[in-house]
Amino acid sequence: MTVSETRKDLVGQRLKRREDPRLVKGAARFMDDIVLPGMAHAAILRSPHAHARIVSIDASAARAMPGVAGVFTGRDMEAINPLPCAFPVGRGFENNINTPRALAIDEVHWTGDGVAVVVAETVAQARDAMDVIQVEYEVLPAVVDAELATGEGAPQLHENAPNNIAFKWNAGDQAGTETALGNGEIVLKQRLRNQRLIPTPLETRGATGDYNAGTDEYTFWLSSQAPHVHRLLLAAFVMGHPEEKIRVITPDLGGGFGAKIFVYPEYPLVGWLSKALNRPVKWTEGRAESHSATTHGRDHVTDIQVAANRDGKITGLHVKTWANMGGYLSTIAPGVATTLYGRMVSGVYDIPNVYCEIVGTYTNTGMVDAYRGAGRPEATYLVERAIDLVARELKLDPADVRKVNFIAQESFPYTNGLGMLPYDSGNYVPALDKALKNLGYSDLRAEQETLRKQGKHLGIGFSSYVEVCGVAPSAWINAEGWGAALWESANVKVHLTGKVVVTTGALPHGQGHETTFAQIVSDRLGVAYDDIIVEWGDTKGTPFGYGTYGSRSLTVGGAAVVNSVEKIRDKIKKIAAHVLEVAETDIELNDGVASVTGAPDRSLSFAEIALASATGFSLPAGMEPYLDETSYYDPPNCTFPFGTHIAVVEVDADTGKVDLKRYVAVDDVGNVINPLIVDGQVQGGIVQGIGQALYEGAVYDDDGQLVTGTLMDYAIPHASQMVNMELDRTVTVSPVNALGVKGAGEAGTIASAPAVVNAVIDALSPLGIKHIDMPLSAPRVWAAMQEANERN
Amino acid sequence: MYPAAFDYHRPGSVQEAISLLQENPEAKILAGGHSLLPAMKLRLAEPGAIVDLGSISDLKQLSLNGGATIGAMCTYDALLNSNELETMFPVLHEALAWVGDVQVRNLGTIGGSAAHADPAADIPAALVALEAEFVVVGPNGERTIPASEFFIDIFTTALEPEEVLTQIKLSAPDGNVVSAYEKFPHPASGYPVCGVAVVVTRDGSGNVSSARITATGSVYVVTRLTGAEDALTGTGGDASAVEAASERATEGVSEFAGDHYASSEYREHLTKVFVKRALNRALGN
Repeated sequence: MTVSETRKDLVGQRLKRREDPRLVKGAARFMDDIVLPGMAHAAILRSPHAHARIVSIDASAARAMPGVAGVFTGRDMEAINPLPCAFPVGRGFENNINTPRALAIDEVHWTGDGVAVVVAETVAQARDAMDVIQVEYEVLPAVVDAELATGEGAPQLHENAPNNIAFKWNAGDQAGTETALGNGEIVLKQRLRNQRLIPTPLETRGATGDYNAGTDEYTFWLSSQAPHVHRLLLAAFVMGHPEEKIRVITPDLGGGFGAKIFVYPEYPLVGWLSKALNRPVKWTEGRAESHSATTHGRDHVTDIQVAANRDGKITGLHVKTWANMGGYLSTIAPGVATTLYGRMVSGVYDIPNVYCEIVGTYTNTGMVDAYRGAGRPEATYLVERAIDLVARELKLDPADVRKVNFIAQESFPYTNGLGMLPYDSGNYVPALDKALKNLGYSDLRAEQETLRKQGKHLGIGFSSYVEVCGVAPSAWINAEGWGAALWESANVKVHLTGKVVVTTGALPHGQGHETTFAQIVSDRLGVAYDDIIVEWGDTKGTPFGYGTYGSRSLTVGGAAVVNSVEKIRDKIKKIAAHVLEVAETDIELNDGVASVTGAPDRSLSFAEIALASATGFSLPAGMEPYLDETSYYDPPNCTFPFGTHIAVVEVDADTGKVDLKRYVAVDDVGNVINPLIVDGQVQGGIVQGIGQALYEGAVYDDDGQLVTGTLMDYAIPHASQMVNMELDRTVTVSPVNALGVKGAGEAGTIASAPAVVNAVIDALSPLGIKHIDMPLSAPRVWAAMQEANERN
Repeated sequence: MYPAAFDYHRPGSVQEAISLLQENPEAKILAGGHSLLPAMKLRLAEPGAIVDLGSISDLKQLSLNGGATIGAMCTYDALLNSNELETMFPVLHEALAWVGDVQVRNLGTIGGSAAHADPAADIPAALVALEAEFVVVGPNGERTIPASEFFIDIFTTALEPEEVLTQIKLSAPDGNVVSAYEKFPHPASGYPVCGVAVVVTRDGSGNVSSARITATGSVYVVTRLTGAEDALTGTGGDASAVEAASERATEGVSEFAGDHYASSEYREHLTKVFVKRALNRALGN
């Protein structure tokens, strides 16, 4: 791919991703491709019971198996501290923290809890030896439901968490909201289950540890969306080893969707094993293992109460949620269920009285943490269901009820009633109107009427969303409970040969940083796109950064790149002024060429600038050689992308099967750097939300066994189940960052599940159906239709 | 992800395969491997030995001479590529096309599916509806098992441990025969939550002279739906006759499968729906 040297802005162009050839040709290097001399392989024995005391472990037979280098249990590695919970709920709230160890010691709390590890010459040998480890368990009663866990007589998981309560948190105006509910012209109540999801990246997790006894350094290759954070947490909290003697490398990742943000038990484990055995040790997660051992998402039980006037104006919204944390708290789990959820439950609506109360609970299930959207899909789901319930009750058009309640354009920056930072910018009506127009709304409503007369169930469902992205302002997020900062870093260097290297603390696991960041730098520095490379993913070669999640790479990391480029430009001007013997203010920098204002023939090409700066032969007095600038950017606010999605479905009356007929989306992610990449992000996100709406759902039985333990049972969406997505955009520039961008990684997931559910309920509303919990699988929809038919 | 260790044998003939089965009581036969290997990788199956039939070329023969003699090791894909087979037995073609994805169809075999007897498999429904005959060879020689006696229970057939399924025989359609296979796939596995195969023969005046209707996925072993068969036989096969047959589809079926995804009540209902859909399509209603 070559981009013309004649300068035309690359920002805004649909450039194909430059990283894709290696990914699609099998030339990428993923976790399991890491092979080191003398490397051994680990297999982890996980508890078959959801809740049990470990009475004894006999590993003697396993140690005698062929190829086994060692078998270890939690007792052997008590020196490894429990993992940190880095984002407990903020100050002043009840917080009962329990986190997992590398391996469980006395008690197991879910079926993914590791109890022993085998290291052998081959994976197969490790796996064989794992089977002959004898563990005696005293099986304890289990609880899997977030609400039932707090009930009387429920099995207790942790001594410091009575009634299994991990935390309690609230936001908003409780008294005002209760008054509004008391005075509402209508008041509706609904229980909503936002089911547990299994993230299912194409590449499962992995970890390789390599301890160097000569330097006392650990090198880790980790499935990490945040290598520097992993190094920090491993050093400061888990392993008690100096940070500078830990190096974390992330190679190409086959997706993450949030599940690779966290520090997992296996990560310190491979380091410890490497030191104990004095050789590199690799662990690669199997798919079924991933289903139980990698974090899950969502899993809320929520009661909503909504009060509204007869014109559809919502006057009060009361939310109570039991958020399932699983057996322990994962790295940022409480923050996801509070800051990223509870402060967003009023969504795009100006709700005068709103209150949200959250109880995080421990259950004998896998840990729950951020999964694409992280809190905001749950928030959007409840408020979008609430709007539809109100519209249905009042027999109003759901599009009109949305407009009645939208935050007005002149209200931005808008402060909601839940303590979120001010929404940066927004203009919600045009996005909705554009979606209605693209859909052909009134015609479709007419068609719906016709089809209803033929006994066909066509439904149209809306979802108007806003999300908080670019989660960063460090002082704010720290006050919310997060234990560190969230600025992002970037370094830009110009080598002697004129090649530009951009190094970022963010890193890709599918987002296309190598393309997008190069587009930005190419425009701003006037350098050919092909002369720019983007480096990432190694704590040894990148400035400290907080990583990639929460749609923050561009809004925070991209802004840091811009700042570094600005510093480079300033230095170039100084050098050019010196070489061309004019004042700095007389230098113009265009398309990579520095020239004298009014005398364009007096100029330095970018190659000449690079050579001059890198050699340092002719620099202004006191200036250091090299163009090499680092920025640490901490934005003043988050960004708040928004939009409206509309799903059209038809429900098969015979089977309850939901067929997607159309999907129309209008998103506003601010300025768009690469529309092709943004479209891809939105499409992938929409598919994941549709997956939640119609297919996915992790199921634990009452004993805590994961019934959906493989992809034979856990249904992720297939391409054949999707429709062509009709995407469009409005552009409302974010005032928060220099690029005017808002973030695009999660919008689709946040918007699509409620759109599809609202469409199905709309289709079935003639039967009197008001709600069905996700996933709206055919059997579930059919059962609801049966029940409704019996009622009618 | 890694199966337990096993011995691997690749016999060149059926007789050699039988000898290996006699010598290795723990052995499992490997055909296309798309059921056995996943079970081994999850260590749900840990056979001490594998007898891979992949080198026995006789078992990959398909001969069509009025009827069909299908070697047990014919892949789904090989059978899907036979236009003659499709013309003669459309219901089998439709069931084959529903199996798995391209990769599965490239390796999976018709004999493997039949011998595995997964309660939620497509192929057995078509084979029973076509009244296939199963040729098996064991230490005591060859015998032929009718479809009605071949499938016994979940993962259980009339095959003895030392027997090899070698051929599946289908008789040529006699007279005016129409057929269809309809399926509701599980959203994760693609296996039938309910699959219904119908093979209907009409007499000279267009009336239904015989009907064979089978269900898979909704029941624990592929089952003839005799209530629907009886109801349809002797009728003109129009939409109302089909409606009446579908109402009787679950008659005499002792148990419908139920799990966390779909209740037995739902599968019972689906059975009726798919009997109706398959019959209406086959009969051109």
